[in-house]
Amino acid sequence: MSTETATAVAPKKESLFSKKNRRLLTDPLDDSNPITVQVLGICSALAITVQVQQAVIMSLAVLFVMIGGNVIISLMRNIIPDRIRIIVQLVVIASLVIIVDEVLKAYSPDISEKLSVFVGLIITNCIIMGRLEAFALGNKPGPAMLDAVGNAMGYAWILLAVALVREVFGSGAISFPGMGQVKFLPESWFMANGGFYENNNLMILPPMALITVGIIIWIQRSRNQGLIEEN
Amino acid sequence: MKALHKLIEERVKPNFTGDGKLKRFWVVFDALETFLFTPGHTTAKGVHVRDGIDLKRTMFLVILAMVPALLFGTWNIGHQYYLSLGDITTADPWNAMLLDKLLVGAIKVVPLIVVSYATGLGIEFVIAGINGHAINEGFLVSGMLIPLIMPVDVPLWMVAVATAFAVIIAKEVFGGTGMNILNVALTARAFLFFAYPKQMSGEIWIHDVMASKTGGVLADGYTGATALGHLANTVGQPVGGEVSSGVMSMFADGGMFSLMNCFIGLIPGSVAETSALAALIGAAILIWTGIGSWRIISSFIVGGLVMGVIFNALALNAYMTIGPVHQIVMGGFMFGAVFMATDPVSAAQTSTGKWVYGFLGGFFSIMIRVFNPAYPEGVMMAILFMNVMAPTIDHYVVEANVRRREKRLSAAIA
Repeated sequence: MSTETATAVAPKKESLFSKKNRRLLTDPLDDSNPITVQVLGICSALAITVQVQQAVIMSLAVLFVMIGGNVIISLMRNIIPDRIRIIVQLVVIASLVIIVDEVLKAYSPDISEKLSVFVGLIITNCIIMGRLEAFALGNKPGPAMLDAVGNAMGYAWILLAVALVREVFGSGAISFPGMGQVKFLPESWFMANGGFYENNNLMILPPMALITVGIIIWIQRSRNQGLIEEN
Repeated sequence: MKALHKLIEERVKPNFTGDGKLKRFWVVFDALETFLFTPGHTTAKGVHVRDGIDLKRTMFLVILAMVPALLFGTWNIGHQYYLSLGDITTADPWNAMLLDKLLVGAIKVVPLIVVSYATGLGIEFVIAGINGHAINEGFLVSGMLIPLIMPVDVPLWMVAVATAFAVIIAKEVFGGTGMNILNVALTARAFLFFAYPKQMSGEIWIHDVMASKTGGVLADGYTGATALGHLANTVGQPVGGEVSSGVMSMFADGGMFSLMNCFIGLIPGSVAETSALAALIGAAILIWTGIGSWRIISSFIVGGLVMGVIFNALALNAYMTIGPVHQIVMGGFMFGAVFMATDPVSAAQTSTGKWVYGFLGGFFSIMIRVFNPAYPEGVMMAILFMNVMAPTIDHYVVEANVRRREKRLSAAIA
């Protein structure tokens, strides 16, 4: 299901921030990034990156579900019967997602409305399921938490980068949870007011998210040639 | 000339080769040198059958074929402009205010061409420099096609952005000239169509039409919409209703969009797409020199006619009652068939595949423009769609050929 397999045997006691564990945190940011390298969780990256504030909220939601799921499954790893492990994972993830959804509805209904089904769809986000299956089932809670943070961060920075590009060029604005959307281009620049500028409508359409992610992948692989697949 | 060549060979070239001071700029020098002089390269090994026609000449002939469309388009920009102002009438001879018309056209067209070439070639030079490729002439045709399919008054920076997008995302990402999946010029236009819909559709197709409208000097009957734009208004309206019959009267003989006007191209539209006649002259040049595929051009036209006939038979709305011949001389259909669909890189490669590719391209062009009023110009969408389908078509053609030969072989053995 994922590239990394569980490291089951850990005989010696090692500190939480040993070199190996630190890599759990940093690898997903670049070399094994869930979106650009493993190509998981693409759907949400295309759907909710029109505005930065949505991307921030989505990233936080995924971070929460990811840490919760990884730690809980890791704690239960020795008592989960192998045959029904997927169902157990689903129940854990679904409960966490419902918590996130309710909190969002209570505290920021407008963003909850904009994210619409995509909060619920975190349940099916392949990154979370993948990490539970590939890592949490075979590792202690400490490393499992680091792995969750690393992967959620790897997901988040791609989301934020894409959202930033799309919002700046598509809406001429920037937004952040709590401060709303700020249009930083002077109104007189726009053609409707006799100016020369126009927002790029294509940026708001989903295809541009795909192309933006593609460009990030392009830059990443030209920097790190080892990631290029042979064909 | 010979002395100049000798001077360059002896004095300038060594700077760029070997350990010369300017060796980093070798690709730029190489591009300019092969552009200006016949390259001295010969095949080093083995026997090759070589034709005198290389990439550069191919590209140049295509540009030559576009010249009639370009000249007519330049004239037509001025023609439409003065018609919309009421300075001339449709009854005036062709050469009334000839120089004024050409001047208005040239003022609009030349900057478009300059911007398109400057952006596209600039990017090609930089990328070739980074990758150490030789720069080739692939962009010469795309760079000319892009301005020809733009609305007259499109802001120049938008053309630059679209050209950059098309060259980088549609071409360089896939490996440069000869590797692109989509037609580069159409990608630029599709980009603009979705990115800046206000500047790319609606009533914008005559120079300065908005200013004339607000200034109150716009002649009666002129709105700046294309023939297809007017027709799109009839979709959803009853046949023979007020809106439909009003629009249809413009397409009758003697109307603004009569069959003759559409064929010659005396209608508003993108810079050089309006004239089916000029496109056909281009087609003749391309087919005669063997550069454009006659299979694609003819099957494209047949596809459009077939769809037109089907719509005529259905006649569910006023748009469908337009005659098939009238359909294919409107909008960019002919221009697309001759210069876009025949792009040798993005089109189907096999002969049978070319028939299928062209036919479906023409068929879908008419279908999209009639079914979806939001995309009045279906030709762009249809050709891009067929570009994507071309490898699939070729795959099945090749497979069928393999099966046929296998059958023949097993029959011969048995």
